Amino acid sequence: MVHSFLIHTVCPVSALSAAESRVLYSRVFGAGEGLELRPDERRLLHTEKLLAVARQVRSAVALSRDASGRVLVETVPGEEVVALQEADSGVLRLRAGEPFPGEMSVLWLGVQSLGFTLVCEPHENLLLAEGTLRNLTRHCLEHLHMLGPGSEVLLRSDRIDVLLSRLLPHGQLLFLNHRFAQSLEKEVAAYMAK
Amino acid sequence: MYSHGSESLIKQAREIQESELQKFYSRLVKQLHGREFGHETIDSLQRLHLILSATKYTRTLPPELQKKLLSLLLSSSVEQLQALSSAVLRETLPLSGQELNYNQDANSSLNSHTAALLLSQTGSRSDLSSFCAQLLRSLDSRSPEGPAHSVLHTLPILNTILSHSPDCLTEDHVTLVSKKLVDWLRYASTQQGGGTSSGGFFTGPRSRQPGPIAELDGTVSGDFFTVLCVGQGFTEDQWMNVYSFSMLRHWLLTYHTVSNGNTTVDTDDRSEVDGSVVSVVSATSSSSRLLPPKERLREKLPLTLLSPLSLCQCLVEAVCILDSVCVEDASLVFKAFPCVKGLYGRLSSDLSFARVLLPIAQFYLNHGEMAAVDCECVWKLVFGRFPAELFSDAFLAHELLRFLRLNLATLQLRVPQYTRSFPNLLKFLAWDSPAVVDDFVDLLPSLVTAGTAVELLHSLLDLPCLSATLVLQLRSTYFPIAEPGGRGLLSLEAFRSPTYRGLFLFLLRGEAGSGDTIDRLSTLHQLLAEASDWPRVIQCAQTVPVLLHIYFNTVVTVADEKLLAHLISVLLERSSLLLNIPKYVKEIHRVFSCHLLRLCKLRPSLVVDQSHELLEFAGTTANVYSKEEIFTHVVWKLCVQNRDIEIIFSSWGFQVWVLGEYLSVSCDSRCSVALITSCFEALEAVLFEVTSSAPPSGEARPAPRVITSLMSALAKLASRSHDLIPRVSLFLSKLRTVTRGGSVPWCSNEEDLVAIVTRGEELWSLLKAPSVAQSVLTPPPHVNTPQWHRDTNVAMPLRLYTHTHNHDTPSLLFHT
Repeated sequence: MVHSFLIHTVCPVSALSAAESRVLYSRVFGAGEGLELRPDERRLLHTEKLLAVARQVRSAVALSRDASGRVLVETVPGEEVVALQEADSGVLRLRAGEPFPGEMSVLWLGVQSLGFTLVCEPHENLLLAEGTLRNLTRHCLEHLHMLGPGSEVLLRSDRIDVLLSRLLPHGQLLFLNHRFAQSLEKEVAAYMAK
Repeated sequence: MYSHGSESLIKQAREIQESELQKFYSRLVKQLHGREFGHETIDSLQRLHLILSATKYTRTLPPELQKKLLSLLLSSSVEQLQALSSAVLRETLPLSGQELNYNQDANSSLNSHTAALLLSQTGSRSDLSSFCAQLLRSLDSRSPEGPAHSVLHTLPILNTILSHSPDCLTEDHVTLVSKKLVDWLRYASTQQGGGTSSGGFFTGPRSRQPGPIAELDGTVSGDFFTVLCVGQGFTEDQWMNVYSFSMLRHWLLTYHTVSNGNTTVDTDDRSEVDGSVVSVVSATSSSSRLLPPKERLREKLPLTLLSPLSLCQCLVEAVCILDSVCVEDASLVFKAFPCVKGLYGRLSSDLSFARVLLPIAQFYLNHGEMAAVDCECVWKLVFGRFPAELFSDAFLAHELLRFLRLNLATLQLRVPQYTRSFPNLLKFLAWDSPAVVDDFVDLLPSLVTAGTAVELLHSLLDLPCLSATLVLQLRSTYFPIAEPGGRGLLSLEAFRSPTYRGLFLFLLRGEAGSGDTIDRLSTLHQLLAEASDWPRVIQCAQTVPVLLHIYFNTVVTVADEKLLAHLISVLLERSSLLLNIPKYVKEIHRVFSCHLLRLCKLRPSLVVDQSHELLEFAGTTANVYSKEEIFTHVVWKLCVQNRDIEIIFSSWGFQVWVLGEYLSVSCDSRCSVALITSCFEALEAVLFEVTSSAPPSGEARPAPRVITSLMSALAKLASRSHDLIPRVSLFLSKLRTVTRGGSVPWCSNEEDLVAIVTRGEELWSLLKAPSVAQSVLTPPPHVNTPQWHRDTNVAMPLRLYTHTHNHDTPSLLFHT
């Protein structure tokens, strides 16, 4: 199961300190976690934990880019496939308790100034998770015009919700061969066109 | 991508005034009154969502607005409105008494967005249980004309509930779902879904007839539908096949413990499930047999269509499922193994399938013994080729290291290559330290064995060199020809030159056992000097101290005296033989000092054993200047022999201290007068040299503690061999004379000088009474038994007072 999906900054943000990250979109799947808490407490807990994850990914992205020494190339709308190919990617291990109760594997994709992150249970099929993350990222880049200066990710989060409901319903990773994927993507495209 | 505009949007959303917000709410309520909703409403909902999600603290919507949104979610047929209202409601507090009706009419569709809200807001297990019950009712009794998506998400919803609350399903439910899973996995239609005709007016009856489903490589499917089958459209049960396969492993893992006593999934069903899984494996195997033709096809079709990725994903899943099924029911091993073995045979020579080969390795590890299969070849891959050639694949590294962590006990027992393969495994760490250091913190203790301890230590110390070498190796592969114009790296040239090849090859070796380290280590360090500012190398260097700590903490549990002695000499030797990265050398010295001390505390006799090496080190005055950092600021509480003295100790000379402390008959009977004298002379020479002139150019003055610890050590040694006392006293009185003249070239700070001189005077007066000196500076063990503060005859301060009437006695205790 995928625990959560988030989109956050991996570049310096003026209002924040160097190591912090701004979470632009987050979705926590799973039911029954933190049942003993009130809904607002649960929401706060999720927010804090995801913020912690975002910070760790920010640091991982920075270190990875440092080490590889590659120069960040700005891409423009229309070059989504290129942007995805150029993206840094990696996976982190979060120990039990830091900050989730159980151990988690965090897969991340760094596309220029934004990070796309999937928090999964460690026994999950990471190959499938990786493919799903790339797919999700490509769709987000395309349908939310993220390579431009827009702030659509903030105001069009319903598009991401619908995307997730097809490609990652309730956190379920799906084995979609290209035909199944095409079928779903047609539905997504139809939604986005409205 | 992320602009100032976005930042200001968030700021606005956070800082919206309460009054403005209330106005916004009422405007939205008005907008939601009508039946039709235009762009403005959508826009408002989107803004509302941003406002609510921008803060950590959850807001409560006015009840009217909340009700409106809820009815919108449940009744609207426009997905955008469903999505938006669900998103908004998820960010707010549910009104009490407003809980969604869990017992909905079975015919009304439970859309995905409603389910999402339900799941995020369930307050209790019983709510979850009733939700599950309702879901399963609709699953069981759905009408064939019901909307397609209403039932499609049932499985993902169930699966997400299972993750945290498996007991939400009753036994009956579990049986029901298992039966349905078998149905979909095994008996899904093998005809293409007719689905929507895309031709408009001109589709004739011919184009409406769906054909059979095909495999990825184009051949018509066999008797099973699997996730790898393709067609123009898909029927509902084929979709359910996909969802079932996607959750199958989780389902099996969750309920195999539940079904302990009662066969919740009875054997027929289980074998049906297994049959379908095995069919996926064999279907994919047969597809993979046709790989060469696939390459040809790939040239014509876009990569995304015929990507082996989906193949690999399914193979990984299938093997994992087979593994967990066989773990639970060992009798299935004989059926499953040939399949897995065949798969291994086809994939093992192609490294692009490495991530499939890891679950296969797990299968071999779990069941190889039972099936009496030789697993050597598998381990050669996992410990040999994978780290050596795929060290830069972050995902493979993560999975391989996880595999090692999970199976550590078994590997140590059954796979002897494991502990010898550390040179290869360390390549993952050398390449991407930040990502995998955590795994190595867990794995390193298992790699420390008596047989390979020394080689491992050398390998850890040269990890930055390995990092640089791997960079060079990759660069050499990508740019096989030397760059013209001499812009190439010196280190790259060295890497390629036959003269130095051997050095690099040693670092790149795959297995331990061919030698602890190389003779020409300093040459290697010089060749790699320019790598000391490469980010990858620096990141690697930062992780070495942590690993060294773990190494030393572990090695003392497996090493005998001889090995520990050897390690001490390795420490001393390597302290001057490290790649010169800023701060790296200093950090390593710090670690060395800490552990050298511990080793000596643990086995004091080592000091005598290694006295030659220690003396040589201590007697080299140059070390005072260059390795002062080695032993800086070790704060430590000594509980050796029950001594309860806190000693704050900072100096180049904890070694010196060590010599002073442990070179005594009470610690080791081999400690002869000759040994003490030779030690004394060595230290004396150093002290003379240090205090007679300014330090060599470029070096800093030694810290005062260096001087005082040297003096103390000399005093201690002298107290054990009284012939030496006159020499020390002479020196100390000379010191007093010299310093009266004012400043000295070897000490810049006046306060420090005063402290040194005071210390000298204390020692000098102590040594005037040799027997007292002996009992103070080398107290017999029984002095330090806990009762000393109660036993007036034994208490240290009282003894001192009795002997010397010295009012400064307390200070003597704390400045050894």
